Amino acid sequence: MSNAVSTLNGKVASGEVTIREGGLRGMITFRGDLSNAKLKSVCKTLTGFGVPEMGKATSNGDKGVAWMSPDELLILVPHAQTNDAIAAIEKAMKGQHHLAKNVSDARTHLTVQGSFAREVIAKLAPADLHPDHFQIGDFRRTRLGQVAAAFWMTDAETFEVICFRSVGEYAFDLLAASAKAGPVGRF
Amino acid sequence: MLTLHCPNCGVHADETDLHAEGEAHLKRFASGSSDDDFHDYMFQRQNPKGVHFERWKHVYGCGKYFLAARCTATLEVFGTYSAQTHEPPQAIKDAITAKRPGWSWGDFS
Repeated sequence: MSNAVSTLNGKVASGEVTIREGGLRGMITFRGDLSNAKLKSVCKTLTGFGVPEMGKATSNGDKGVAWMSPDELLILVPHAQTNDAIAAIEKAMKGQHHLAKNVSDARTHLTVQGSFAREVIAKLAPADLHPDHFQIGDFRRTRLGQVAAAFWMTDAETFEVICFRSVGEYAFDLLAASAKAGPVGRF
Repeated sequence: MLTLHCPNCGVHADETDLHAEGEAHLKRFASGSSDDDFHDYMFQRQNPKGVHFERWKHVYGCGKYFLAARCTATLEVFGTYSAQTHEPPQAIKDAITAKRPGWSWGDFS
């Protein structure tokens, strides 16, 4: 197999809010019936988390599960284990109509971390990011500037962002510019 | 700015998160139908000033379709509902009647 390289090779824009390209991340798109009990158990085995409720995501380090749509999940696993994880899903879902595909190299993962990380995102997305509405564990697919992206909160000062690889550099630069411009002070 | 509640993912989506997909509740006339039916299906659209039913796609979000009832004159939204329906649910019709008594749209009123 060729030597996999992430979009920006771990680029970092340091500051009060730091933007990091997350390096290689294993990402699996799953489509099928999300209420399937076997899916729940295979998610638990692979990531330590079950199938999240609508609009939620749970993650810890390289592992996690995110609710993408009524019939779609994003399953996060360590990059090197992605194909083994897909094999495990295929085995568990045998005979059930489903799709599990490795999208690791089609996506970019970014981390936004710092005191006003919430505002860095809020300036770019048409989403309600007020602390009363968007909290740890919430997951939102929307757009950042001009590109489709999804994000979720892992702690009070950290957002994980994913977008298509082809627009990864744009998303990184956009977030870095938003962080550099400083807080707005609305939240 | 128009915000619509996506019934598929529960998000109050901003207009820029969505894509307008034209008139709702179209009945498809394809091969085997008469020329008049096909013509109407292809080209004839409602263009009301007032109550209107539209199809929207949550294109930057969950990627699913839903239907919306709104007023084209005031941008007031009466409600959104599943795209897997042949006519608006009674609750939506009631909400419109409360605000626009005597409304009608196509075969609905």
